[in-house]
Amino acid sequence: MAKKTPEVNATSTADIAFLLLVFFLATTTMNVDSGMFRRLPPYQPDNTEAPKIAKRNILQILVNKDNLLSVNGEILDVTRLKKEALDFILNPANDENLPEKSVKEIEGLGNVEVSKGVISLQSDKGTSYEMYIAVQDQLAAAFNEARDRKSVSKWGKKYNDLNSDQQEAIKKWVPMSISEAEPKNIGGKKK
Amino acid sequence: MAKFKKDSKKETPAISTASLPDIVFMLLFFFMVSTTMREVTLMVQNNMPQATQIAKLEKKSLVSNIYVGKPTQQYQKAYGTEPRIQLNDRFATLQELGSFIAAEREARKEEDRNSITNNLKIQSQTTMGIVTDIKQELRKANSLRINYGSRQKVQN
Repeated sequence: MAKKTPEVNATSTADIAFLLLVFFLATTTMNVDSGMFRRLPPYQPDNTEAPKIAKRNILQILVNKDNLLSVNGEILDVTRLKKEALDFILNPANDENLPEKSVKEIEGLGNVEVSKGVISLQSDKGTSYEMYIAVQDQLAAAFNEARDRKSVSKWGKKYNDLNSDQQEAIKKWVPMSISEAEPKNIGGKKK
Repeated sequence: MAKFKKDSKKETPAISTASLPDIVFMLLFFFMVSTTMREVTLMVQNNMPQATQIAKLEKKSLVSNIYVGKPTQQYQKAYGTEPRIQLNDRFATLQELGSFIAAEREARKEEDRNSITNNLKIQSQTTMGIVTDIKQELRKANSLRINYGSRQKVQN
């Protein structure tokens, strides 16, 4: 006759599991890293000359140490920057004072008009990082809106719903051209 | 009628706890999957600015963190209240950033070395001077992919 093996006592598994649970709760974090991704321009020696750009093709944004924002010489509230930048990027009425466009061939789009505009962003050493991010955020919002509009006009879909080839094409159509000058009291106006 | 007589027995049976480990294990697995290991102990304050146009950082293994902010209370005596850079578990100077980037690069596989993203976790009260210095150092080290760490803005 086979002997019956006694059942293993499982009451302590709960305790063991709780112990593990508490360990993981204590040592791990929930938050996912998020933020705004940017690519820095490659390092250039000091003596390189800045390319000459026509005045109408530049949107000059200055932020001073008191966190005041000036766009092309006019003081502006940061919440209105998006609209200003959007007009600058799209130039829907082909205004004389807004950037010119050049015809370029883009794969998947054919010949399209690409704006030559460059947004120049200059901050001061004393500008707060919060303000800087707010400006970057507004500009990013303007670019995303411009891309959305272009992709809706082309494919009837928002930029985020496009496939990756179409997104690449739109990126070339609306290039995110933000040029950052170094803060004023570090060095001259070089790129 | 006889049927009703049955519950004259007052004793209630003990609640079975056999499924308790299963429930706890389920919780355990949830936390194991949805959280990440804490890598460094923060020595600087780290309330990041808010923004609307943010994206999640993918590929955790290719992210190297650079913290900037006021030292926390316990370090303020030794390091003052000016914003400082924290790399790994210690305070660093701007000059050390280059070797930090090189070390981060060395730690990754060869094919991944050019796709390291520098996650700048900067306290919102910091001024741009130090931020620009860091960006300059990153450009010199040719580590050009950066991420301005920020939180989702609460819409109201």
